[in-house]
Amino acid sequence: MPNLKAGQKYIENINMITFYFIAFLSIFFSILVISAKNPVHSILYLILTFFTFTIHYILLNAQFLAIVNFIVYMGAILVLFLYTLMLINLNKESEPVKPFMVKMAAVFGGGILAVALVASLKITGTSDPVVLKDPGLGLVKNLGKVLFNEFLLPFEVSSVLLLSAMVGAVLLATKDTKETKAIN
Amino acid sequence: MESLTNAIQAVPLNHYIILSALIFSIGVMGVLLRRNAIVIFMSVELMLNSVNLLLTAFSVYRGDAAGQVFVFFIMALAAAEVAVGLAIIVMIYRNTNSIDINVLNRLKW
Repeated sequence: MPNLKAGQKYIENINMITFYFIAFLSIFFSILVISAKNPVHSILYLILTFFTFTIHYILLNAQFLAIVNFIVYMGAILVLFLYTLMLINLNKESEPVKPFMVKMAAVFGGGILAVALVASLKITGTSDPVVLKDPGLGLVKNLGKVLFNEFLLPFEVSSVLLLSAMVGAVLLATKDTKETKAIN
Repeated sequence: MESLTNAIQAVPLNHYIILSALIFSIGVMGVLLRRNAIVIFMSVELMLNSVNLLLTAFSVYRGDAAGQVFVFFIMALAAAEVAVGLAIIVMIYRNTNSIDINVLNRLKW
């Protein structure tokens, strides 16, 4: 934009700095998620990672997704993880450890994947800035219109999916003494 | 609010793609590194989230709301997947007294 005011330019710079800082934090915390020895610490770092993702959504002005990410991921999914961990009652000595060579191979494989993805991005050469053309794009009003017009059938089908998942989870997690004896 | 909507203009799309690729790779690394089933599950969540961020960035870039609706569906799917997956992990723990995935090698041959 050629006719940007000085104040707007300043806010733009602040937000750019915010993006890079938050991106650094996302990568830092996600590395901590996979490297923490204690699974409870992993879950807490995962919560922080999802916090940074919420901030990314707010920076993209996707307010609906920011709220949904906050409620569904940090409110529901991570509480579910913590409850499962509480039920399982892990001890430090029961934490399985892979041999060093396998770990090196895993890091090497992941690094190769990252290099391949970034290199293939380099070939495509799309480096246009992300410009928000329509300020109301990520608001509930706009998304609701799209969701209930174009995507009405998938929306209804996802309700069936959630119902079946709920029934399946209850069925799997309940203690069926007869069946477990039969399996063992 | 207006300042916030105008804010992101300077960040190139490339940087969003690189960020998502790095976090996705970290998720893959976590799946390969760990043997604790719950941590593997969390790595899968990390991968799903990086894809969500990428879809949102593309949606804003193209000015198309469909991408954000996809993210909404992915979140619903992830919630269902986590519920069933954690139930399976609890069941495995009850049967084998461990959540080490190397215990579960009976399907190998």
